[in-house]
Amino acid sequence: MERILEVNDLHVTFTTYGGTVQAVRGVNFHLDRGETLAIVGESGCGKSVTSNAIMRLIPDPPGKITKGSIIFKGQDLAAYSEKKMRNIRGVDISMIFQDPMTALNPTLTIGTQLMEGLKEHKKITGSQAKQKAIEMMDLVGIPNPEERLKQYPHQFSGGMRQRIVIAIALICDPDLLIADEPTTALDVTIQAQILELFSTIQERTGVSIILITHDLGVVAKIADRIIVMYAGKIIESGSKRDIFYRPEHPYTKGLLNSVPRLDAKEELKPIAGTPPDLFSPPKGCPFTARCPFAMEVCDKVYPVSEKISDSHQVDCWLQDERAKQLMAAKSLQT
Amino acid sequence: MKHMLKYILKRLLIMIITLWVIITLTFILMINIPGSPFNSDQSSNETVQANLEAHYNLDQPYYIQYLLYIKSIVTFDFGPSIKQPNQTVNDLLSRGFPISFELGIITIVLAVISGILVGIIAALRHNGFLDYLTMGIAVLGISIPNFILATLLIQQLAVNLEIFPTATWRSPAHMVLPVLALATGPMAIIARLTRSTMLEVLTQDYIKMAKAKGLSPWKVIFKHALRNALMPVVTIMGTLFAGILTGTFVIEQIFAIPGMGRYFVESINQRDYPVIMGTTVFYSAFLIIMLFIVDVVYGILDPRIKMHQKGGK
Repeated sequence: MERILEVNDLHVTFTTYGGTVQAVRGVNFHLDRGETLAIVGESGCGKSVTSNAIMRLIPDPPGKITKGSIIFKGQDLAAYSEKKMRNIRGVDISMIFQDPMTALNPTLTIGTQLMEGLKEHKKITGSQAKQKAIEMMDLVGIPNPEERLKQYPHQFSGGMRQRIVIAIALICDPDLLIADEPTTALDVTIQAQILELFSTIQERTGVSIILITHDLGVVAKIADRIIVMYAGKIIESGSKRDIFYRPEHPYTKGLLNSVPRLDAKEELKPIAGTPPDLFSPPKGCPFTARCPFAMEVCDKVYPVSEKISDSHQVDCWLQDERAKQLMAAKSLQT
Repeated sequence: MKHMLKYILKRLLIMIITLWVIITLTFILMINIPGSPFNSDQSSNETVQANLEAHYNLDQPYYIQYLLYIKSIVTFDFGPSIKQPNQTVNDLLSRGFPISFELGIITIVLAVISGILVGIIAALRHNGFLDYLTMGIAVLGISIPNFILATLLIQQLAVNLEIFPTATWRSPAHMVLPVLALATGPMAIIARLTRSTMLEVLTQDYIKMAKAKGLSPWKVIFKHALRNALMPVVTIMGTLFAGILTGTFVIEQIFAIPGMGRYFVESINQRDYPVIMGTTVFYSAFLIIMLFIVDVVYGILDPRIKMHQKGGK
């Protein structure tokens, strides 16, 4: 499979009056063509910052990619100039935003907003652009596309607007689509429709998708692989089966336990505590303070990545042989 | 289009009613000012005064006078001035208005264009040196009344440095100081407002989306941000027009510009009733039309504002 994106040791910081926030602290992952990768984690864990860094849309100042590389089709985007980056955005990599109610400009027609990316990047006549726009509207399932191109965003429902946002993102046939919480602002039935749409589009265009979300239900539906982020680091990554059936990191387990289930008899178990302050992130594992299995070493040294299988990787001291022995001994005692 | 026409007709009706209320109020205020146009005339005796009053229909009961005024407005013939012999109110208006209009329009264009540009620059350099500098100057511009600024400008640029002429209205060089004095306040207000709305708009998702499409910064700002940022600016434009309009009275006085302002002020002092009514009606009509244009522009800028009242479709 063709490797389309490789992120190596990515560090992103934000400089504020209060100090420097280390939002992303050494993130490594890759993405193949036609694959869907989900990045999950709670608010502030660095998942959106990571995706914005790939698009190079982090406002600078205050944000800055301080270290690492973003290899997209063999080229390091982290080293690209702003001008060169403009030819990547919207053409090779597109982005979908969380809230379709605010992602469309209220004063421009849908047609204008759909076609402007196309006109900016491709040598194309007005009628060709319109033809393509109608095609895209068809693809995302909007009836009467020709007529609706002349309308304004306020004349569409939330679900329809998200379809339009998707159409805008796909109009230049990108290789990579970054969807930042694409269903969070929608109600559940519309969510299902939009997720369905993602699958259809991927089948037809072969686009790779990075899905940023905190909703594990969404992940279960369309992701191939999953990355779990916490406090700016990837703490566990694996295939969908790995993460859902064999989660190893206490944080991942906690996340799965806090998903509401229809057949559950017990109450939901939230993860107690709050994430660490990223102005001065802890030296050791950032989850230590909230971890029910925390050991002395956790607070002092960041764990070594353990490979559980070819696809499954976790950063946790519990994977260490010595910890396993200790746990076994403890369970004998009780 | 049909909605648009209906809206315009409706607005026209409201404009006429507004104008009528202004006329009536002005009339009531006018007849309640003590004195008459002929009081200061030393030469007049009782018979002359009675004859004069009869000539200008001032001996009639108020309601007849009122009806006569209404009639003169409907026919656009305000009659002769009492104080300026051999001149009709229409003469005064047609002589003074073009000059006042010129002053006002140049001021408005300057204030709007430069105000918006300064606002954009300040927003783009948010918390930078240019931002602090322009907004600092803007605070000064808002706080200094135009008549103070006018005298300062005359003192420095006309008298001390002799760059521009001191007064009157003859060549473009003559226009610089009065326009500057009049435009600074509105310009500062527009700049500050544009800056703050621009800053707000720049954080919106659709701006990020426009950037994510790979558009140039130029397009992101002028096509996507500015249009949305201008809504509040357009809203206050009506008030600013009114401010500039009344500002012209003062500025014309200071720079000895032969515009309408002089007649407006003098007519009240001299109880020149036809001129008072004429200038008031004229200015009100002008302002009402400007406000109407602002509303139409607002509708063009923002498609969500409907030109008709009864719900969407």
